Amino acid sequence: MADTETHPKHSWWGRLQQAVSRTREQFVERVDDVLRGRKEIAPELFAQLEAALLGADLGVETTTEVLGRLRERCDRHELTDPAALRGALRQELAALLRSTPNHQPTIGEAGKPHVVFLVGVNGTGKTTTIAKLAHRWQSEGRRVILCAADTFRAAAGEQLEIWADRLNAELLRQEPGADPAAVVFDAVSAARARGADAVLVDTAGRLHTKSNLMAELEKMKRTAGKLVPGAPQEILLVLDATTGQNGLAQARQFTQSVGVTGIVLTKLDGTAKGGIVIAIARTLGLPIRYLGVGEQLDDLLDFDPEAYVASLFE
Amino acid sequence: MFEALTEKLQRTFKSLRGEGKLSEEHVNQALSQIRLALLEGDVHFKVVQQLTENIRGRALGQEVLLSLSPDQQVLKIVRDELVGLLGGRVAPLQFSKKPPTLIFLTGLQGSGKTTTTGKLGKWLAKSGHRPVGVSTDVRRPAAREQLAQIARAVGLPVVEKASDDPLELLKAARREAELLAYDVVLVDTQGRLHIDDELMGELEAMKKAFQPVETLFVADAMTGQDAVKSAGTFHERLGLTGVILTKMDGDARGGAALSIRWVTGRPIKFIGTGEKYDALEPFHPDRIVSRILGMGDVLSLIEKAEETVDRAQAEELEEKLRRAEFTLEDFRDQLRQLKKMGPLEQVLEMIPGVAPEVRGQPVNEGRLVQLEAIINSMTPKERRRPDILDGRRRKRIARGSGTTVQEVNQLLRQFAEMRRMMKAMKGGQGDALRKLAARFGGRTKLPM
Ligand SMILES: Nc1nc2c(ncn2[C@@H]2O[C@H](COP(=O)(O)OP(=O)(O)OP(=O)(O)O)[C@@H](O)[C@H]2O)c(=O)[nH]1
Ligand SMILES: [Mg+2]
Repeated sequence: MADTETHPKHSWWGRLQQAVSRTREQFVERVDDVLRGRKEIAPELFAQLEAALLGADLGVETTTEVLGRLRERCDRHELTDPAALRGALRQELAALLRSTPNHQPTIGEAGKPHVVFLVGVNGTGKTTTIAKLAHRWQSEGRRVILCAADTFRAAAGEQLEIWADRLNAELLRQEPGADPAAVVFDAVSAARARGADAVLVDTAGRLHTKSNLMAELEKMKRTAGKLVPGAPQEILLVLDATTGQNGLAQARQFTQSVGVTGIVLTKLDGTAKGGIVIAIARTLGLPIRYLGVGEQLDDLLDFDPEAYVASLFE
Repeated sequence: MFEALTEKLQRTFKSLRGEGKLSEEHVNQALSQIRLALLEGDVHFKVVQQLTENIRGRALGQEVLLSLSPDQQVLKIVRDELVGLLGGRVAPLQFSKKPPTLIFLTGLQGSGKTTTTGKLGKWLAKSGHRPVGVSTDVRRPAAREQLAQIARAVGLPVVEKASDDPLELLKAARREAELLAYDVVLVDTQGRLHIDDELMGELEAMKKAFQPVETLFVADAMTGQDAVKSAGTFHERLGLTGVILTKMDGDARGGAALSIRWVTGRPIKFIGTGEKYDALEPFHPDRIVSRILGMGDVLSLIEKAEETVDRAQAEELEEKLRRAEFTLEDFRDQLRQLKKMGPLEQVLEMIPGVAPEVRGQPVNEGRLVQLEAIINSMTPKERRRPDILDGRRRKRIARGSGTTVQEVNQLLRQFAEMRRMMKAMKGGQGDALRKLAARFGGRTKLPM
């Protein structure tokens, strides 16, 4: 991040700005619209702020809580200027995101290979995110093995294989319909034998309500743990930014079944705001690790709560 | 969380009993709860605003009906309003008079277009059509391979061509359909963001060149507020003809259905309800409404509670009860069915003619479980001929079901009474059902 200032276009910061610019336009400008030209904080103002937060998928509970705190501060006359309300709102949201554990596991820190599962409901962007992560780690000089543990969906293996070819990364696959835990076994064993740094496990999309499929994930997790104590070191829940309130149920159920360690929020290059992650951070304390901002290999950004909220408001 | 809205509404209207009209204050309270339920259900906030205004207009000053409690009455208005917005009836697929009919499946990335293409192929073949599929997704890795594999699994022929031009692929598919007399061409398009001007332009060009009869927007049931923007833009640029809502087998409330309908005015034609290729159903607007509100099936139950609606369901129930040989086994079936129907309070409210004093009474569901356990502990013979149940057998049954002999006796008494009642049952089904309901639910009558 050292060159942030010098190359704003290509810098992390610049790209994050770009990625969330639409969000910012709609969200912040709505807030701005609301605030502009107002001398005192009217109840109607809160109604409009509420609409902005609800429209970003923050959900009723989180919205009510955040606005409730602002309202209290107004009542205590800590906040009297409508313009100050915006800063206060930003603080509140940042505080919610900051309240999650911010330790980011690094590769090699907790056993080798570093095994990462990508889990989530159907079509959220798991496979694509695997390719993006592999690309990033390879460019840091790591040796990464891909594991095609989605043996269920049609052509899932082929999809990952194409990415593996492009990345020139090793891929472990089995026949369609094979036991995904067996593929995990193969991949982690291969990684150990070859001294690879990381294994990225692509799992089949599954609805969190299907207990048999959640049990399948648990089994895969146990398999990894038997080969490498502490593995999988990370279980990333891949969440589509267009997801509404159901995202909370997804996060809750996947956490209960396999213990999610962090969230990847994808498709943030659209107009969706992904505000449900704020609700998830608030209720489940799950940190957001990465943002997906496109379909290309380098369309993956680190998540930083401060920067995220700041980029929403600047 | 699911029963919350019904309960809240009941509380709101408790003080209303005895008044003649729905007052503004009551209606406002009810509306704020309805608003929250809709928002929690992912309905776009602007849609929610409009809906609540409409509901207010219709609810204010309404006479309190005798057949429905005030909370039910408001819920009925809510239901009517939501069903009305969704278009009321099932919207079938349209077909061209001059085959082949082209059907485009469009939508955002990951919404389920490819799987739905396979499902639709299967569904069409089953309804007597000869569909053929084609994937114009030339960019996503293995997208065409995915459709090919799904098509193989469902027996849908696909047109494949070594070209990366969607227009070329479409042309090949249409030619093949004409040659081999396929009457429907299912076109699986690439997932794209509505703000991707280039890719949206590509779809526009495809539509312009091939004039599909149906341009369907495939949307994920878990979509939140953004549904209005994505569906709205797809509709603006392409002129959608319908919507398919996928992943409805999860627990998403599916409020996006309302948002999409509101912004496009286009009907939802199908819902996807599973990963298997036959998990595709025509969409019934009335069925999703209670789900969006988060109320189980309470709304369809209310529908039944109205005097004017058909009594098929009630009659079916009655028929089962009236069956000449009503044994303990039938009784157990009844219990199981009741349990399946959802929270008993709601089931009771569904039964026409249930007395107000029974309605809204808490039902001890544990007692139902107990009743079933007792019957389970009997031998088949005992279930058919309860008269052979002597003291020894009763003791064994009590032990087997973890209950007491008194509880076994009580069940047998209830059963005998039920049988008597059924024999006596002549015309007044409402009356008989009310008594039956009282057996299950009337705490005042039986310590269930
Ligand atoms: N615009 C955009 N598209 C994305 C992003 N991430 C993934 N996609 C696209 O979303 C679609 C689904 O992605 P996949 O990676 O196949 O999703 P998945 O979770 O593996 O899907 P299943 O295995 O079918 O459950 C593909 O078309 C991807 O190109 C993103 O950050 N932005
Ligand atoms: Mg995948």
